[in-house]
Amino acid sequence: MKLKALTELIDGEILEGSQFEDLEIDRAYAADLLSDVLALTDERTTLVTGTISPQVIRVADILNVTSIIFVRGKCPPDALLRYAEKLGIPIVATKRTMFETCGLMYANGVRPCKSRPMPNRSA
Amino acid sequence: MQEPTDAESKCLVHYIKPGDIEHGGSASAQIKAELSRLGVSAADARRAGIIAFEGEINLIVYSDGGGTITVCVSEACIEILFKDDGPGIEDIDLALTPGFSTAPLWATDLGFGAGMGLINMQMNADRFEIHSHLGEGTSIRCLLERREDDASGNC
Repeated sequence: MKLKALTELIDGEILEGSQFEDLEIDRAYAADLLSDVLALTDERTTLVTGTISPQVIRVADILNVTSIIFVRGKCPPDALLRYAEKLGIPIVATKRTMFETCGLMYANGVRPCKSRPMPNRSA
Repeated sequence: MQEPTDAESKCLVHYIKPGDIEHGGSASAQIKAELSRLGVSAADARRAGIIAFEGEINLIVYSDGGGTITVCVSEACIEILFKDDGPGIEDIDLALTPGFSTAPLWATDLGFGAGMGLINMQMNADRFEIHSHLGEGTSIRCLLERREDDASGNC
């Protein structure tokens, strides 16, 4: 589904990158802890998170994340939005919880990233 | 795999300040961009960026005096070396257990401490070596074979 339709679906607001409202959102990953985010494998993904520390946008940069949805009414700082603008990553915020947001997205066709196996502990 | 030699590789060194969480991840984003500029494929730059980020955050959160990230690029390999003189890791096997973390509360509040940091480094490297002694510090070496549209061959 398109970013604009998704934003309306979750009662959200595009805080940055309204020019990307036609961006296709087909995969997503949800986590608050950044190392869990870094464990994902699918590059073309949307990140759903309630963490608004500056490192979130740096992680998104490293992973080539296509868009970020901040949940639970979290409002990212201006510096994060400016960084997102520079990278061309649209930012959406919603007051809905992560559970509700993910449920609505899944019910409307957005699918999870591929998981990856844990490494061989003897490696 | 052979190590990249000084004659054939380009090296970049970043110093990471202890406790400087505000800038945490900046060096890693810069490393990813630098690697892309040096002609490293997008997939390899991403793998290196993940490794650098996890190591950078570890240096910030756990080392007493900060540390260094050295990235060397040759035609066949990317080598990322982390060094610090911090407290060291008491039990490396335990530290490599998914979900295990000793991150302080202030770090978990900021989204760190998932207990996946060293594992993410290991998963994204073709060779992962860690040496640590209590009271002496930790060194981690990650070697990546360049893939996809990059130079082929073993390193």
